[in-house]
Amino acid sequence: MSTMTKRWQRALRLGALAGTALASSAAFAVNDLPGGPSTGQINFPAMVTEIGHDQVWLHNFMLVICTVIFIGVFGVMFYSIFKHRRSKGAQAANFHESTTVEIVWTVVPFIIVILMALPATRVVVAMKDTSAADLTVKATGIQWKWGYDYLNGEGEGIGFMSTLDAAQREASDAGRPVGDDYLLKVDNPLVVPVNRKVRVITTADDVIHAWGVPSLGVKQDAIPGFVRDTWFRAEKVGDYYGQCYELCGKEHAYMPIHVKVVSQADYTAWVDGKKKEMAAQADDPNKVWTLADLEARGAQVYSANCQVCHQPNGKGGGNVKPLDGSPVVQDADKSKQLEVVLNGRNNGAMPAWKQLSDTEIAAVVTYTKNHWSNATGQLVQPKEVAALRK
Amino acid sequence: MSAVIDHAHGHHEEHEHHGAPHGWRRWLYATNHKDIGTMYLVFAFTMFLFGGVLALGIRLELFEPGLQFVNPQLFNQLTTMHGLIMVFGAIMPAFVGFANWLVPLQIGAADMAFARMNNLSFWLLIPAAVMLATSFFMPGGAPAAGWTIYAPLTLQMGPSMDAAIFALHILGASSIMGSINIIVTILNLRAPGMTLMKMPLFCWTWLITAYLLIAVMPVLAGAITMTLTDRHFGTSFFNPGGGGDPVMYQHIFWFFGHPEVYIMILPAFGIISAVIPAFARKRLFGYTSMVYATASIAILSFIVWAHHMFTTGMPVTGQLFFMYATMLIAVPTGVKVFNWIATMWRGSMTFETPMLFAVGFIFVFTMGGFTGLILAMAPIDILMQDTYYVVAHFHYVLVAGSLFAMFAGVYYWGPKWTGVMYNERAGKIHFWLSIIFFNVTFFPMHFLGLAGMPRRYADYPAQFTDWNMIASVGAFGFGLAQVYFLFAVVIPMMRGKGAPAPQRPWDGAEGLEWEVPSPAPFHTFETPPKLNAAATHVIG
Repeated sequence: MSTMTKRWQRALRLGALAGTALASSAAFAVNDLPGGPSTGQINFPAMVTEIGHDQVWLHNFMLVICTVIFIGVFGVMFYSIFKHRRSKGAQAANFHESTTVEIVWTVVPFIIVILMALPATRVVVAMKDTSAADLTVKATGIQWKWGYDYLNGEGEGIGFMSTLDAAQREASDAGRPVGDDYLLKVDNPLVVPVNRKVRVITTADDVIHAWGVPSLGVKQDAIPGFVRDTWFRAEKVGDYYGQCYELCGKEHAYMPIHVKVVSQADYTAWVDGKKKEMAAQADDPNKVWTLADLEARGAQVYSANCQVCHQPNGKGGGNVKPLDGSPVVQDADKSKQLEVVLNGRNNGAMPAWKQLSDTEIAAVVTYTKNHWSNATGQLVQPKEVAALRK
Repeated sequence: MSAVIDHAHGHHEEHEHHGAPHGWRRWLYATNHKDIGTMYLVFAFTMFLFGGVLALGIRLELFEPGLQFVNPQLFNQLTTMHGLIMVFGAIMPAFVGFANWLVPLQIGAADMAFARMNNLSFWLLIPAAVMLATSFFMPGGAPAAGWTIYAPLTLQMGPSMDAAIFALHILGASSIMGSINIIVTILNLRAPGMTLMKMPLFCWTWLITAYLLIAVMPVLAGAITMTLTDRHFGTSFFNPGGGGDPVMYQHIFWFFGHPEVYIMILPAFGIISAVIPAFARKRLFGYTSMVYATASIAILSFIVWAHHMFTTGMPVTGQLFFMYATMLIAVPTGVKVFNWIATMWRGSMTFETPMLFAVGFIFVFTMGGFTGLILAMAPIDILMQDTYYVVAHFHYVLVAGSLFAMFAGVYYWGPKWTGVMYNERAGKIHFWLSIIFFNVTFFPMHFLGLAGMPRRYADYPAQFTDWNMIASVGAFGFGLAQVYFLFAVVIPMMRGKGAPAPQRPWDGAEGLEWEVPSPAPFHTFETPPKLNAAATHVIG
């Protein structure tokens, strides 16, 4: 072995050592995360939806065409660079125009572009077809977590929040990443059945977020005040990870998405479990409340729903009627105020609040009847609200 | 009194320096296109270094996962300000600097049409830049909503957002004044015989760019004014809380933003179209088609804006229209690349630094063009949107495109501006460091984007570490290469250190700027020159 090779080997070994030192200073070794990113990944992840396969195919197709053109064009350029240089005695030719050539290299790329657009068109149309979904889920972007509500299909009525694991957030601040699912672990993943068309409706509470999961081939902005939708049909059971893809403020990097695709049987079992869990947490509509408990609950409902217009001091303002001192609120006939809260007034200027539960309406009405200068001492029980619902 | 002194002073001056003011007055009261051009270039390079330092802050934090150096809020400020400063503070003013120096020289005019407005449009940059740069020290720090300042995130920003909006208004006014000046100069002050279709391509690309600027800067001004009134005066243009539409902001922004992309690249095409023929010693191939291709790109740039918004959720027909229109841009852009290569073909080439940067430009910019074509495909873009693939793409066109073209221009015309030759070895070192570290920095970002790493993230899943480390190392290398450029090329040339430049430093270069001595005297073409048939030489 020549000294030259030895020297190279030594240099390589030193380089490898330095590399290892660098990597270990990055604190820990990380493994690939199935359904999430892999170390040293240089291409799309393994796709588990039809649209995902199409996207990968299209990308490969484009890559091949672009590479061929690239090699062709730059083959010519580098040939020219090596041959037509003055140091090799090249004399400059005199041509500087050719209409034929110009037409050829305008028309040929035009045709290539059309050939590229054809398969893409088919995928765009398929991608945008969100009809006939088996399950519809609403994903709400909130600074900085995701809210999921099952709107339609098996599991209808389920709703929960999905937040980044607090320990991982602390690890980020400490500069010490932990685990293979670093920044991707959430408390409650979105659970969906395999081989079912899932329509995801996106919206947001505050600023624009984007709900995207690479392995499912989906990404859709979640826009406050608007609803948009996308869909996927996962072909394989597994865990798939995504993140928020639209800058949404300070914690943008800390609102991951975890989609858990399960078998139909597991999904049914999950729905049952989740429903029981929710029922256990829900209010008993037959419960008889005390004034103090109702007022405390009502204060929460008021600040979440009413306070924006009626103000914390209950004085309202502009078109918004005051509650403090209002004859309707103070009226001995409780049904007058309940009717307004349930059905709204003035063409929705005061909206109908039917979507609140009987307990919530009972609580908030009791609160307003006994707060500020309103000292009626009246108490509304959930049953009375239920009786007035039509 | 002062007139008398000036008069007396003039007698002691050489003839070509007749009436040139001295000291700070020369710069503050500057009305000479060459002085103003120099100020623009110095300003832009300063902002480029400042924006570069911000970028290094980003890359430092992203070297490994976890937060080590900056908190997420400051990180967002760094990405936002890096973008705003590079686009509005570095690239755009630098091209205006080129235009100031070159347009009058290339068309045989004595100066720009509106010399005093020219002064104003430069000096407006200073308060705007100061406001942008000092926004880091305002309560709540600099704006952190991204350079695109999307609503309704802008509603959550502190007072620095208003400073940035004001700064953008001023920069916009400056750009519009600069554009009016360039258009009027080109249309009215050409020397007799310099017909439009004989004009150097740099003037053509700037003429078209100036029209683009006048068309879209007011659109940006509208978008940010509406943002301002949403923030402070209770309007709800983009605020969904009052029935506004945040997506409308994006439509308006990108109606400005996409032509803006071409504003930053068309003048670069002009520079490359001057450099390649000079060093191939052969006339530019397909001059006419180059002009038409530039105009087509400019027109198409108005109907492709929503390809930045494929994930906002638009109807099928919308996605298809914007996809097709975007892919069409590949055709005129391709024509340009083919024309440059045909110009090189059977030339007699040498590879001084300007040519190296020009060839590097074609090679690397075309890669950015291909990734642009891939991003134009709506189904693929859905996966790439807001990932590092997009970051890689636009740095391939803005750094390897605009910036490398400007480097080519500085080396090409620098001897004419300063009267001294740059150090050829230093230029070559600068080129090779730049192109290598550029690719080390940005090529791995394609991989990160394909793997799904979102942009504007202060911290990332640990699987993305390897490529991020390489990109960070590359970024510091690229930064050092520019510091080398400053000390080994820019400062020596500005101090006049180096071999004296002949009037024609490049034997293949043609055009009226090479008809005047090096350095170009303070006043040139005070009387309209008489030109030969091709309008490339002065004949009397």
